[in-house]
Amino acid sequence: MIAARRLDKISRLMGSRATPYSLKALNKESLLWTEFWNPKVRLLCNNDGVAAFSSTSHYSSNCNHSPTNKVLRNLPGYVKIVEVGPRDGLQNEKEIVPTTIKVQLIKMLVSSGLTVVEATSFVSPKWVPQLADAKDVIDAIQNIRGARFPVLTPNLKGFEAAVEAGAKEVAIFASASESFSKSNINCSIEDSLARYKDVASAARKLSLPVRGYISCVVGCPVEGMVPPSKVAYVAKQLFDMGCSEISLGDTIGVGTPGTIIPMIENVIRVVPIDKLAVHFHDTYGQALSNILTSLQMGISTVDSSVSGLGGCPYAKGASGNVATEDVVYMLNGLGIETNVDLEKLMLAGDFICKHLGRQSSSKTAVALTSKKANSKL
Amino acid sequence: MFLQKLYTRLNNMENPSKACNSFRLLFTMSSLEEPLGFDKLPSMSTIDRIQRFSAGACRPRGDDMGLGNCWIDGRSCSTSNSCDEDYEEYTGEAFPWRRHVKDVSEGGTFNRRASSLSKNRMKFEYVCDSRYLPDHQCSCKCNDRGIHGITNKFLKGIPKFVKIVEVGPRDGLQNEKNIVPTSIKVELIRRLVSSGLPVVEATSFVSPKWVPQTYSMGNDYCWMQLADATDVMKAVCDLENARLPVLTPNIKGFEAAVAAGAKEIAVFASASECFSKSNINCSIEESLVRYHAVCHAAKELSVPIRGYVSCVVGCPVEGAIPPSKVAYVAKELYRMGCFEISLGDTIGVGTPGTVVAMLEAVMAVVPAEKLAVHFHDTYGQSLPNILVSLQMGISTVDSSVAGLGGCPYAKGASGNVATEDVVYMLNGLGVKTNVDLPKLMSAGDFISEHLGRQSGSKTAVALSRVTADASKI
Repeated sequence: MIAARRLDKISRLMGSRATPYSLKALNKESLLWTEFWNPKVRLLCNNDGVAAFSSTSHYSSNCNHSPTNKVLRNLPGYVKIVEVGPRDGLQNEKEIVPTTIKVQLIKMLVSSGLTVVEATSFVSPKWVPQLADAKDVIDAIQNIRGARFPVLTPNLKGFEAAVEAGAKEVAIFASASESFSKSNINCSIEDSLARYKDVASAARKLSLPVRGYISCVVGCPVEGMVPPSKVAYVAKQLFDMGCSEISLGDTIGVGTPGTIIPMIENVIRVVPIDKLAVHFHDTYGQALSNILTSLQMGISTVDSSVSGLGGCPYAKGASGNVATEDVVYMLNGLGIETNVDLEKLMLAGDFICKHLGRQSSSKTAVALTSKKANSKL
Repeated sequence: MFLQKLYTRLNNMENPSKACNSFRLLFTMSSLEEPLGFDKLPSMSTIDRIQRFSAGACRPRGDDMGLGNCWIDGRSCSTSNSCDEDYEEYTGEAFPWRRHVKDVSEGGTFNRRASSLSKNRMKFEYVCDSRYLPDHQCSCKCNDRGIHGITNKFLKGIPKFVKIVEVGPRDGLQNEKNIVPTSIKVELIRRLVSSGLPVVEATSFVSPKWVPQTYSMGNDYCWMQLADATDVMKAVCDLENARLPVLTPNIKGFEAAVAAGAKEIAVFASASECFSKSNINCSIEESLVRYHAVCHAAKELSVPIRGYVSCVVGCPVEGAIPPSKVAYVAKELYRMGCFEISLGDTIGVGTPGTVVAMLEAVMAVVPAEKLAVHFHDTYGQSLPNILVSLQMGISTVDSSVAGLGGCPYAKGASGNVATEDVVYMLNGLGVKTNVDLPKLMSAGDFISEHLGRQSGSKTAVALSRVTADASKI
């Protein structure tokens, strides 16, 4: 009753240890689940694919079936995760994190499979002392292969410093809210765009890719709701000036699928969807559902921060960035490839949390760590 | 307590909904990416923030789910149906909260001054001048009217109204090591009911008096926590405007529940054989036989029965649970007379991928309107799981105020999804719940204070941080 191809699939999954010990068909309904028992690995298999879990960790969200339900039908097969922990995450830390720790964190993140890791920011150390060691960080990661390391550059001066330090990709940061733009970067949206045109132009001359960020794409701590059309306007400007990707940031985390959808809809009218990324904050616990909605709409790049590093500066004590581990867990469960090894990612998260002296903000990491600890008892 | 004061103030105002409070703000020099401390931005009160961001979006009247009007998060549609109220210019006297304003002309020093709001209006440069019109339409200058179709695709199947079943007093508190006094439980239930929650699971009749076998439910002390079931039930059974189901594991528990005044009961089966044996000390089949007897007795007294299925995605012992098994148990509970079946991801391992497969199997044998979802947030997945469930047509969601109830299988990990976070999301989707978020947060605040720890709800934490900062101004 078991198709030969299924046995093959299982063998490949398990490697040379694969020897189905016994099998038991649970039912004959359309979703035929067949159980294979093996002393080391337990598998469940249906006509479309295999859900596997080993006896050491009873459940793995890994799922490689292609969903047929309309709700999940058009999800991308691969999602690129842009890891912003070392920059967006750490910049909010009061205690200065030593350069060596930052560099080690970046190395561990890269080794988990993350292909884009935002390394640092070339802003005035007066304003962001945490990132005063930008040059040293870039120096130290020059030889790391297998990943890109964009750095924030607020203006031409920052750009030149970044290039001199060896940066090979830069990022610029505009706002969809006029008030926020004025308070955060001390100029109007238009002035900031003019400034970034210079940066983008200089980057083009050196064939350096530029990533554009838009903050306050749903709400602003001052203005309240931000119109989707405004977000689209800023996105178009950044795209037209040469940004290879535009990351849409819900800076204060107030977005829900109901507001994310019209925002993305407006933006994709003026920027191709494959050039867009989403950067949701989890301040109100909404990030993962917003990410899911974005994936349903065709977005395939997601920003996140290991261990959920980076609180919300607008609501002290509240959470900020969505945790990369939680995102990867969800994507794994959806059968979406990320190339990220969750266990190695958790090691990186563990490393930085130990240094910061606090628990991870990733629920996945906390749950899996607790399970491991309990299983050793 | 500050929330309560704010809420009282809000309620006492003549037109609390007229909250178009904009203000002109002057900003000093600041740097790019300087992590702005809260003191550098004008504060926003909790009510403000809720009104601005969290609450029910304007849903167009009628069946048109289309978003020709843009979805703007606004006030929650509570039982007072505040959506009917106009948002207009309001005077400073209505909202006397001070604002933090930084005046650039003064070289960067902070000025505190009472907001002179009489001439101020929420500045939506591109959007609304008034947030709501009486007929629920957003007065909106958004130019997204042509994207009807795309929006509909993603929100089409989502119900207009979602019933929230609040499980905090039972499922939440049963995991607490320290016994919560009966009076606190009763007060919590009262506050939850007054927030508009239509169903609040009050307690569980699981004492060894009625349940002689081992009944661990993941911990050894849950029965002790719920030993005051009779007292709780007697104290709340007359509360109006909400249903108060109680768990009854067997006939004895059922009889005790009825004697105490319970008008609705719940039974609890598992889709995992191992979990059934370890949790209620019998096989799935044996438990179903037992519940058959309970259902029979309940039907005779016209007492509605809610059925729970645990481990609908994964089991701490067996691992992944086949959807067909969940469907089988759900169908059995439905056939024996349960009016609603709540599908519980007990260890929170589900993701939209596995949840959809499970729901497909169950919905093939039990109508969607008879189903509820009960997701745990142990891996942070509950809100996306709830979202896909809504997209599949489910319209009842279980949750727990302040995220009460940890995961007994992963110590320190979270458990139930927080009701405040669910309500925030549903409000943002324009889904009615009849739940008043500030009142709900007040209930969460109350129990969290008693338990001596921070709320497990991110929405509540975020909003209360804003409030705390505002109160220092």
